[in-house]
Amino acid sequence: MGEEVKLFRSWSSPFALRIVWALEIKGIEYEAVFEDLSNKSPLLLQYNPVHKKIPILVHNGRPIVESFVILEYIDETWKQAPLLPEDPYERAMARFWAKFCEDKVLISIWSAFIKQGKEQEEAMVAATENLKFLEKEMKGKKFFGGERIGYVDLTLGWLANLGSIFEEIVGLKIVDEEKFPLLYSWMQDFAEAPIIRDNWPPRDKMIVKFQALLDAAIASSSSSSSSSK
Amino acid sequence: MAEEVKLFGGMWASLYSRRIEIALKMTGVQFEFIEEDLQNKSPLLLQYNSIHKKVPVLLHNGMPIAESLIILEYINETWPDNPILPRDPYDRAMARFWARFIDEKLIWVSWDAYRSKEEDQGKAIEEACKQLKALENELKEKEFFGGDTVGYLDIAAIMVASWFGVMQEVMKVELLTEENFPNLCQWVEKFVDCPIVKECLPHKEKMVEFIRVLLKDFLASR
Repeated sequence: MGEEVKLFRSWSSPFALRIVWALEIKGIEYEAVFEDLSNKSPLLLQYNPVHKKIPILVHNGRPIVESFVILEYIDETWKQAPLLPEDPYERAMARFWAKFCEDKVLISIWSAFIKQGKEQEEAMVAATENLKFLEKEMKGKKFFGGERIGYVDLTLGWLANLGSIFEEIVGLKIVDEEKFPLLYSWMQDFAEAPIIRDNWPPRDKMIVKFQALLDAAIASSSSSSSSSK
Repeated sequence: MAEEVKLFGGMWASLYSRRIEIALKMTGVQFEFIEEDLQNKSPLLLQYNSIHKKVPVLLHNGMPIAESLIILEYINETWPDNPILPRDPYDRAMARFWARFIDEKLIWVSWDAYRSKEEDQGKAIEEACKQLKALENELKEKEFFGGDTVGYLDIAAIMVASWFGVMQEVMKVELLTEENFPNLCQWVEKFVDCPIVKECLPHKEKMVEFIRVLLKDFLASR
């Protein structure tokens, strides 16, 4: 049966990258549709009317959105190279850690990058606390998935690339090798894994993009603060 | 093999804990409910959910699982005779999408609409209604989100069945009206009437009183 798989993505979105990795790890043929997020296509808006975002996986004409939901759909539809463990308890743990990475780790590290002054300090404290939990979880494992890259690795994977980009732009050490040796070595192993390594977006373009985001954030925060000095 | 299932949950008004109670009862699993005083959390709870320190936490043969939607998936996979999630991967993806939508978007925009100051309220209500409409369209004329019977998404939507009605009365803001959302309102009636749900869901009047007290400072300042 002819199978049609399309992935709506952008060149830089770390969320879409999760799906690229998942599809390639499983050896699924797909067509990538690159979106300009400043000018979203009618198809994007049709396939994701609620959130109007990428990634969107379209399988035989039916759209699935939200990267976590897409990852589980891919894992249930194409059984080779499983991303989630088989055991229900271990699956629950993987889902828990993925949610933690998204709700806590990502938010705190993003804040540490984009905010200034006291807000940035507080974000760094939160990020450090969150990373401690991850470091503990990594004990005895090469990847969060064990010997092979799995669901949690794909969820946190953005850190293995954006981590050093953020550090370069703001001059802050987010994942200190001494404080977080296991996490640090995970970042190297993950970034260098064949499928992962082949799909990173161009670093120089990423630095330009995130520097611009930071500049805009600084500009808007200083224009909204009182100027009675 | 003897099975030990415990649910650490919040008191009767705690809706996320009610999700798990309903799911366990529907699945027919025997369990012990341990009520946590959230102002004075037990050492066990802090041990079983050391990261978030929240309820609900399911303990199965000594192994803890936290986060209500994750617990629902665990229940579905561990006791598969009465599955609460659809079998088809696409239908599952849709159920998961809408459950996340409720927890991550709908509740928050609705809360904004309920508590907004008068000058911002029009816009906030418009946004909340837009999101409710999306859920209304998803339900269409199905009896339940799960089809003929209550499933994962119905259980997740307990917030819609209970919290909206309560907030409307407390905050005196109309969002979920029969005129605008006939499918959802009909679903609420059917859902709260299911025997198991009726057992677990707090009475509306009791909730209204409770929330009124909880929000009394906020209400007084308006």
